[in-house]
Amino acid sequence: MQRITVLVLLLALTAAACSSGSGDESLTVYSGRSEDLVQPLIDRFEEETGIDVTVRYAGSADLAATILEEGDASPADVFYAQDPASLGSVALAELFAELDDDLTDAVPARFSDTDSQWVGISGRARVVVYDGTRINPEDLPETEDGFTDPEWAGRTGIAPTNGSFLAFVAAKILSDGEEATLAWLKGMAANSAPTYPKNSPIVAAVNAGEIETGLVNHYYLLRALAENPDEAGKNFFFTVPTAGSLVMPSGIGMLKTSENQDAAQRFIEFLQGNEAQEYFANETFEYPLVPGVPANDLLPPIDTIPTPGIDLSDLATVLDLATDLVAEAGLI
Amino acid sequence: MTDRSSIVDIGPVAGVPAAAPGRGRTKAKKAPWWLWAAALAVLAPVSIAIAALFLRAFGASTTVWETLATTRTLQLTGRSFLLTAMVTGTAILIGVAGAWILTRTDIGWKAVWGVVFALPLVIPSYVIAMTLISSGGPRGLFADLVGVPLPHVTGLIGAWITLTLSTYPYVFLITSAAMHRTDPALEEAARSLGSSPVRVFRTIVVPQLRPAIGASALLVALYTLSDFGSVSLMRVDVFTRAIYAQYSGRLDRTPAIVLSIVLMLIAGIVIWGEQRTRGKGAYFSRNPTRPPSLHRLSTKTRIAAVVFLGAAVALGAALPILVLVGWLIQSINAGDGVYVSTDAIIGSLTGGTLAALLAMVAAVPIVILGVRYASRKTAWLERSVFFVFSLPHITIAIAMVAFTVKYARPVYQSLLVLVLVYAAIFLAQVTGPARASLLQVNPALEDASRSLGRGTLATMMRVTVPMISKGLLAGGALVFVTTLKELPATLLLAPSGFTTLAVRIWAAADEALYARAASSALILIAVSAIPVYYLSIKPKDAARR
Repeated sequence: MQRITVLVLLLALTAAACSSGSGDESLTVYSGRSEDLVQPLIDRFEEETGIDVTVRYAGSADLAATILEEGDASPADVFYAQDPASLGSVALAELFAELDDDLTDAVPARFSDTDSQWVGISGRARVVVYDGTRINPEDLPETEDGFTDPEWAGRTGIAPTNGSFLAFVAAKILSDGEEATLAWLKGMAANSAPTYPKNSPIVAAVNAGEIETGLVNHYYLLRALAENPDEAGKNFFFTVPTAGSLVMPSGIGMLKTSENQDAAQRFIEFLQGNEAQEYFANETFEYPLVPGVPANDLLPPIDTIPTPGIDLSDLATVLDLATDLVAEAGLI
Repeated sequence: MTDRSSIVDIGPVAGVPAAAPGRGRTKAKKAPWWLWAAALAVLAPVSIAIAALFLRAFGASTTVWETLATTRTLQLTGRSFLLTAMVTGTAILIGVAGAWILTRTDIGWKAVWGVVFALPLVIPSYVIAMTLISSGGPRGLFADLVGVPLPHVTGLIGAWITLTLSTYPYVFLITSAAMHRTDPALEEAARSLGSSPVRVFRTIVVPQLRPAIGASALLVALYTLSDFGSVSLMRVDVFTRAIYAQYSGRLDRTPAIVLSIVLMLIAGIVIWGEQRTRGKGAYFSRNPTRPPSLHRLSTKTRIAAVVFLGAAVALGAALPILVLVGWLIQSINAGDGVYVSTDAIIGSLTGGTLAALLAMVAAVPIVILGVRYASRKTAWLERSVFFVFSLPHITIAIAMVAFTVKYARPVYQSLLVLVLVYAAIFLAQVTGPARASLLQVNPALEDASRSLGRGTLATMMRVTVPMISKGLLAGGALVFVTTLKELPATLLLAPSGFTTLAVRIWAAADEALYARAASSALILIAVSAIPVYYLSIKPKDAARR
C-alpha cells in the first residue's frame, strides 16, 4: 500500500507542478494559430521580456468555445485567433477587456473591433489556388459563385470544417444573405467539391495534381513555393468585391479576468512591433497590418484587394449559423 | 505461457465479461470496502463524466435532436458501419491466414516472420495513412515506381487499407496464440480421412478458432469505430471525424456531445452483437500433446505465401518507415534540419509512463476483486473496465472536458486528468494479463500468509502482487505503447503547453507538412518498438527453451 500511496502522491505532485507556472511573470496564451507558425515568435517574446509563456494550441473556434465554457475562471490571459469570428464570439460573451487606443489604432480601423474588444495582427486574403499547368486564370469565375457551375464539378477543393472557411461563409451570409449562402453551399455539395480538413492539404492537393482549384487563404501557396519553387499552384485574387475576396485579420484579445494584463498588453505590443510584423511578411507570408511594414513581393498590395462591405465585428453573430448551413448542405 | 497470451493484449479482455467462475476463485467472501474504493478510483471519475454527458445530451434542446434525426446522421451511421465491416472482414482474412501459414505450414523463417508480420502494430494508423496518401496519386511514389499515373489513396478505400493494415496484427497475434493451444489431432484425422486442406480449414480449424476470431473481430471493429487520426487524414466522413469537426468548428458543443452519445451507443451495439453471436461451445483442448504435423507447401503455394506475408508487411511497416526516413533525409538535405521537439518527447514519455503506472496500480484491486471475491458486483466491475476500453476516445475526452470544466475546476486541464483518462481507457490491457496471472496463483498461498498473521492488505502487497507482477508489467508495457499513439484524448485534454509526439505528428500531417512529421514519427515508432519487442519476442524465446 505504501508503494501505491507514493505513486499516487507522485502523480498528484507532477500534476500540480505542471498546472502551476513558476513564480515569475507569466502569460497563458490560447492560440488558434498553429504551433509551427507561432512558437518561434513566442520564443522570441520570452527571450526579450523574460515573461514565461504557456500556450494552448487548438482550433480557433474550439478555443473560443473553451473560453465560453470556462467563463469567468478561464486560465487564459489572451486569445490569439486566426479569424475575427472566433474573437467576436468571446467579445459577444463580454469576456474580453477593452483594449487601449494605442493598440487598436496601430492597425487600420477595418481590422479591429468597433468596440476595441480585439485587434487585428496579420491579414489573410481569401483566394483561389489553381494548378497553373492546367488552368488558365482567365477561365476562372468572377466570384466564388461561379464554382457551383457543373463545369467545375469535382474540381474545386474546400475545407468546410476549417475556421477560415467558416468565417468566409459567415462573411457570405452577411454580404449575400442566408438563402444565397445556403444555395451556394448546396451547389458546392452538388458539385461534389472534394473536402479537406484544412487549407494546406488543399494547396498540397493542387500541387500534387489531385484537384485543379481550391478556396483557401493566400499564404499557404507561398509557403509551399518557398519550399519548392517549382510547385504547379498559383494564387488568383478575385477582382470584384465578394465574400470570396475577403481579407480577414488574425487577431488577439485580452481576457477581462486575466491577472496578467501587463504581460498581455506587452505581448500584443510585441505582435504589432516591427520584428513580429516582418516575421508575418517574410515567414508566414501574411499581410502585415501595421502600416510601414511591406508585404511579400509576390502579393498584390492589400489596398488593391476589393473588400465586401461588411463589418468584421459582426461575423461572430452568424458563425454557428455558418456551421449549420455547411452541415445542412451536407458538406460536413 | 502467461506472457505469451499477454501479447495478445486486448484479446483475453474481450472474454472477461462472459467468463464463468473458474479455477482460483473463492466465492462468497466479503471484500473489504477499501479494496472497492481503490478499484473505483480510476474508473469512477470517467464513468461519472460519461453519465453527466448523457444527462447533458438528454437535457439538450429539441432542435438538437431534430438536427440529429437527419439523413446525415444516417449517412454517418451507415458509413461507420460499412467501414467497420470492411476492415473487420479483411483484417480477419489476413490475420487468420497469416496465423495459419505460420503455425501449420512448413514455411521457413517462422520466428522472423512471426515478428515481422506483427510489425505494423508499432506504427500508428495515422502514420500509415499519411505515408499512403503521399505515396499514392499520379505524382506520388507508387506512380514513379511503376511508371503509370495511379489513383489517389484516400477516402473510404484509403481508410479501409490503412485500418486493415493497422489491425490485422491483432487478429494474427490472437489467433496464432489460439492455434498454438489447439490440439492438431482433429485436423490430422480429418486430413487422413481424405478431406482437402480447404475443407479441413473450413470445418475444423475455423470452428475451433471461433472464440479467438470473435474476440479479435470485436477488437478490430471497436478500433475502427474509435479511430480518429487516419479517417481524418483519409477524409472519410465517419462519426469520429464528424464529432471532431463539430467540436472544433462551432461554439455550441451540444451537437458534438449528442453525436458522441450516438457513437457510444453504436459501440454498445457492436459489443452486444459480438456477445450474441458468440458460440456457446468450447472446442479448446488446452494442451496440445505434440506439435502439429506441418502442411507441406508446394513451390507455388510457398511463393504465394511469402508474397502474401511480404505484401502486408511492405505496406503496413516497410513503406511507412522507408517513406519517413526518406522525408527525414530530404529535409536534412534541404537544410531544414530535423524537427525534433524535446518537449514532445518528454511529454510522450511522461504521459506514457504515468499512465502505465496508474493503470498497473488500478488494475490490482480490480483483478483481486474479480478473481478472489467474484460476485455479480465484481462481474459488473470487470464489464465496466471493458466498456470504458471500448468507447471511442474522443467521446470520453469530450465527457471529461465538459465534466471537469463545470465540476472539477482545480484539476481542469491538468496532467492528472489526462493521465487518469489514459489509465481508464487502457486499464483493460492490464487487467487482462494480470487476471490471467492471478488465476494461476493458488489461493492457498494467500490463506497461508493470512493464517500466519499477515493482514489482508499486507498479504496482497507481499504475496499476491509479486506473484502477478509479470502480468502487470506486460499490461503496463502495453498501456505505455498505446498511450504514446493516443491522439484524440490528448488533443482535447492535454494541459496548456503539454505536447506529445503524436500531437506533433498530427499537427504536421494535418497541415500536409509530412516531412516535418517524419522525425517525430520515427522516434515514436522506435520508442514503441522497445516494449513491443519485449512483449512479442522474449516470451516466445522463453517458451521455446
